[in-house]
Amino acid sequence: MEKLDLKTLRLAAAKSRLLAVDAVHEAASGHPGGSLSCLDMLTALYFHEMNIDPANPKDPDRDRFVLSKGHCTPALYATLAQRGYFPIEQLKLFRSIKAHLSGHPDMVNVPGVDMSTGSLGQGLSAAVGMAIAAKLQGKSYRTYAICGDGELAEGQIWEAAMAAAKWKLDNLCVFVDVNGLQIDGRTADVMPTEPLDQKFAAFNWKVLKVDGHDMAAILEALAAAREVKGQPVVILAATTKGKGVSFMEGQAGWHGKAPNDEQFAQARSELEAQIRELEG
Amino acid sequence: MAGKIATRNAYGEALAELAEKYPELVVLDADLSGATMTKFFAAKYPERFFDCGIAECNMTGIATGMATAGLKPFTNTFAMFAAGRAYEQVRNSVAYPHLNVKIVGSHGGVSVGEDGATHQCVEDFALMRVLPGMLVCCPCDGHEMRLAVEALLNYEGPAYLRLQRSAEEIFTDEIPGYRFELGKGVTLREGRDVTLIATGLMVNIARKAAALLEAEGIDARVLDIHTIKPLDEELVLKAARETGAIVTSEEHSVIGGLGSAVADLVAENCPVPVLRHGVNDEFGRSGKAGEVLAYYGLTAEKLAEKARAAIAMKK
Repeated sequence: MEKLDLKTLRLAAAKSRLLAVDAVHEAASGHPGGSLSCLDMLTALYFHEMNIDPANPKDPDRDRFVLSKGHCTPALYATLAQRGYFPIEQLKLFRSIKAHLSGHPDMVNVPGVDMSTGSLGQGLSAAVGMAIAAKLQGKSYRTYAICGDGELAEGQIWEAAMAAAKWKLDNLCVFVDVNGLQIDGRTADVMPTEPLDQKFAAFNWKVLKVDGHDMAAILEALAAAREVKGQPVVILAATTKGKGVSFMEGQAGWHGKAPNDEQFAQARSELEAQIRELEG
Repeated sequence: MAGKIATRNAYGEALAELAEKYPELVVLDADLSGATMTKFFAAKYPERFFDCGIAECNMTGIATGMATAGLKPFTNTFAMFAAGRAYEQVRNSVAYPHLNVKIVGSHGGVSVGEDGATHQCVEDFALMRVLPGMLVCCPCDGHEMRLAVEALLNYEGPAYLRLQRSAEEIFTDEIPGYRFELGKGVTLREGRDVTLIATGLMVNIARKAAALLEAEGIDARVLDIHTIKPLDEELVLKAARETGAIVTSEEHSVIGGLGSAVADLVAENCPVPVLRHGVNDEFGRSGKAGEVLAYYGLTAEKLAEKARAAIAMKK
């Protein structure tokens, strides 16, 4: 696929936002807040950065992606569907007993999912294993992951961080979706994880920082990450939970709650307006 | 072969020996390579050996990523930490996506000895057996272990393998007609009055119990069940039908392990008395391996007692 220009990427992200919120509304269940905060990163990865082919989702040489914050399936599935891994209409069956679009990523049944996740803290270890495997097998594929900032309270994340540095995994690039909110409230109150830059630097990672909703900055960071040698890269992405839907933005309460019909109508009109603006 | 060897040593030697034939084999350890005996592999194939430090959960997760890329990872630590500490990683990241990761728990059971209860895992069979699609294997001697390692290298899917610390007699190499196949038990001794169904270190103790019973005129069948899941249902039900009484024996809690698996199967298909010989819902304690086994009644004499009791329960 041709690499898309910035405007087209922004449009893809906006469309995914609508698909994600629509899926959560349809299911009357799911996690809109963190899905909306990570969608620009996901779009950059799947529509620009990663070497992938939706027609050949198990290609041994493809780039890998692990959604360590696995509850954000609305974002991942919307991205995979738009990218052509499965029909967009299937998103209507998100979390439904009638289909395989499970609440958390399922690598066995959902085309394009590289690792089953959902139990927080475990995805990064799997990504480390994929990156080690590439080095051992002499393959050039790269491995990407997205973690949540609340997720970083899991000790296994830091076990994995040590291991990635030990094996100098410069083929591993991890986003942290720093939206500052988790189920019980502000991450700074629930369990402070900052200063993340100093923490990752102390674990011997290369640290980059971006505005997680600035597509150009995300692409630049990904390009810079490719140039780093001898250590893994973390991109700390400052984001807004619920990005794109005014009443969800910055509200911890929208972590794992579906909008009702009225709320969805408002969300849809806001997201459709964003799409129209980008199409204009 | 004869002689004595701990199954952990036989395992470690087998890994090193089979590494050339199986280039996808990679070995992970959590700072215990000198105890789990992965040190032999590490010395020969350092580029395929990954010491993850004292971080069993991450080790398990790294193995899952490796498995998605077509490698055959074997993770190694004590049974307590393999099945216990990293349980949820095994459940959600290995078993749920049915990845080809071999979880190896060394130092299983109370025969760990001196280290005591915190390091004596008697719950691993139960924890692993309850996971959908998880194979559970516990070879009884060094010869069987060697065969189990190669069989697991050729088995695609998640599996748990228990090793043991103490050196024990090798005997399966001298059993006429002995053949190893995952999921298939081995009849070590024919018998009509009762069947002793054992796994791991208790298999040889069951043979000794059968000899004690023979002296009293009791003809005990002895089955070696190295694969606890999937259980060799045909062999167990045949024993239930033909001998009418069963005693299971394992270096594990009587709850949830081989005894429970056999009791479930027999109760549903061919109800006959089943008595479970194992650790009776308690924690371990420090002592020399033999002393600890005796403390918990994991001896041929106690197993023979259970056999007599099972026979007495026959209608």
